[in-house]
Amino acid sequence: MKKVYIQSIGSVSAQKTFDNNEFLEEIIEHHDNVISAVNPVYKEYIPPAAARRMAKGIKMSVVASTIALQEAGLDNVDAVITGTGMGCLIDSEKFVSAIIDNNEEYLTPTPFIQSTHNTVGGQIALGLGCKGYNFTYVHGSISFESALLDAKMQLELDEAESILVGGVDELAAHTVAIHKVVTHVKAEAVSSTKLLESKTEGAVFGEGANFFVLSNQKMENTYAELIGVTTFNTLEKSTLSETVTDFLKENNLNVNDIDVLVQGNNGDVKFDDYYHQLSANLFSETQQVCYKHLCGEFNTASSFGVWLASKILKTQRIPEIVSLNDVKANKLETILLYNQYRGENHSFILLRTC
Amino acid sequence: MSKGIAITGMGIISAIGNNVAENYNALIEGNKGISRISKIETIHKDAIMVGEIAATNQELIDQLNLPPENNYCRTALLGAIAAKQAVAAAQISDITTYKTGLVSATSVGGMDMTEKYYYQYLEDKNTQKYIEGHHAGDSTQKIAAQLGIEKSLVTTISTACSSAANAIMLGARLIKSGKLDRVVVGGTDCLSKFTINGFKTLMILSDTYNTPFDENRKGLNLGEAAAFLVLESDAVVTAENKEVLAYVKGYGNANDAYHQTASSANGDGATLAMQKALKVAGLDAKKIDYINAHGTATGNNDLSEGRAIINVFGQEVPDFSSTKAYTGHTLAAAGAIEAVYSILALQHNVIFPNLNYKTQMKEFAITPQTSLKHKALEAVLSNSLGFGGNCSTVIFSKQA
Repeated sequence: MKKVYIQSIGSVSAQKTFDNNEFLEEIIEHHDNVISAVNPVYKEYIPPAAARRMAKGIKMSVVASTIALQEAGLDNVDAVITGTGMGCLIDSEKFVSAIIDNNEEYLTPTPFIQSTHNTVGGQIALGLGCKGYNFTYVHGSISFESALLDAKMQLELDEAESILVGGVDELAAHTVAIHKVVTHVKAEAVSSTKLLESKTEGAVFGEGANFFVLSNQKMENTYAELIGVTTFNTLEKSTLSETVTDFLKENNLNVNDIDVLVQGNNGDVKFDDYYHQLSANLFSETQQVCYKHLCGEFNTASSFGVWLASKILKTQRIPEIVSLNDVKANKLETILLYNQYRGENHSFILLRTC
Repeated sequence: MSKGIAITGMGIISAIGNNVAENYNALIEGNKGISRISKIETIHKDAIMVGEIAATNQELIDQLNLPPENNYCRTALLGAIAAKQAVAAAQISDITTYKTGLVSATSVGGMDMTEKYYYQYLEDKNTQKYIEGHHAGDSTQKIAAQLGIEKSLVTTISTACSSAANAIMLGARLIKSGKLDRVVVGGTDCLSKFTINGFKTLMILSDTYNTPFDENRKGLNLGEAAAFLVLESDAVVTAENKEVLAYVKGYGNANDAYHQTASSANGDGATLAMQKALKVAGLDAKKIDYINAHGTATGNNDLSEGRAIINVFGQEVPDFSSTKAYTGHTLAAAGAIEAVYSILALQHNVIFPNLNYKTQMKEFAITPQTSLKHKALEAVLSNSLGFGGNCSTVIFSKQA
């Protein structure tokens, strides 16, 4: 079985992350319950006429994937695998509201086409002329991890040499509004620096696209080795530690081998308990990092977590803004990531320097 | 060349039957399930025909014994019913005995509820329970819960019309890699105003019975359905002395990379997908005894797919037919219901007819099988081609 590497990255998020030469030197402190992505100059990547008609999710993905491909020095890949929780929501909303508002008349196909979940994967393949394997996973907070696992399996078996893998989700007004009504979104604006201490229900919603070129060839500028990824539809808080230790053992590791724990705490008092379970017990002596106060919560936010972990391993530093506890790791070699959303769809990812 | 993955159970609900036996009988009797739509109020109701499942949501809820406060959308209801049938057919009494996962597929997800209550969600508390059921993964989570699959690999693929074929492919790979001992794979999609209007704006809906591969074809009929297969590793099959229905022998996915919704004139993506599937199966093209085509009866698909079939099979195109004249195009579920039909074909050594066919397409000399044909079958190839250029092929075989 070949080893699998994160060769390059590309990110569009609620922080200025689309420049790979930077690493959170400038932080945007948000004071809101919904945070939008910082837009790159889209016309530097996409012809303006095309960009005008493109859904935001597609635009963010095209930019993120272009950055990742450029960094990898590739103009094509063997496969494109994407994860998205809800696809191009703005177009879905446009189409469904038009159906209702106009009683099914005067409809145009563009929003319908852009609302199909694999539109991003399809658009990227079109842009690259990539006729290879192309899958889209749409399963809540493990959408991105499913894509990662699929890519890893193919690269390990040498069924492909380089695969573009990404996670993307976009904000849409009506969807945010209805999620506010059912308290999935925080009722009040929260400052990003205070988010993780929040005692209220709901999360701060965000959006973004994080793409990676995964490869089974190690290059000079490779970010990290992807050692393992696993997902669970459900997990119990009471046996969480056991699940983690089993996962580490399967990868010939134990708790002490983990230098940094990156978790998806989103400030929702009802569900951050899962993270506390690990941070207060098994990993109380481990350096802990969080990221959703920077990028917000969305089904594929964990892809931002992987972006962060990759940057940490490459630059060998942890920006203060993501540090959660006072423990300082004595080396930055092995990172464990854990994420879940509202108690479902849990994932663990292991990355290591190479 | 690799060994096929054993299929030990299947379940299905479609416009031509509420279970495997009913579907099979309809197929051999030539009874199509296409009609005018009855359960959705749409201004297009006299201008389209659909493959609608007879049961109402309440009837499905009752069948599943769900409490009144449930928030199952129709996609989830259909999926749960078909998945439970499959697991029962596979004679699984305790799903936790082996490492079991679920890979489902859908394009509609909970949109049937969202389009109904879109604005009411903001005011009417009684409808709000459906909000968290909108996203594609939710119906899969519910199916997993119904099957008793916990703490496991459960995911959803959404690649338009190739989705369920892709779910089957991923399932086979998960077993091959040893990540799972057993996996339930398939897909589910219900009819919705969203898809009806979406396809209407693309002007590819027929106002009459769909006629796959016919020169005068006018477009597709949308359908709703759900179907699942149970795949099990050789170790489980041996340990539990399971009867194997057929094998997932080969599979391939490729991208047309031509246009967001139309297929390339030469069917590049479909050609590649079929070639990949044959390679994985370790089979020569001439070993394929029957092709269950995607055959949606749109101008574009049937031409493109026809050309692709000729690209791959040359002068020796095997018997082929599209069963969409029976069920309509069930979108993300298509690859799964057609997998069931491919397996039935293998089990009964029968090729199902391509209904409604009258005139050969002028672009090529091949014609589909238009009557029920009894023939010994060893390998059946099934195509599912979706928007975004997503082309998938799965090959089913009698032997491993």
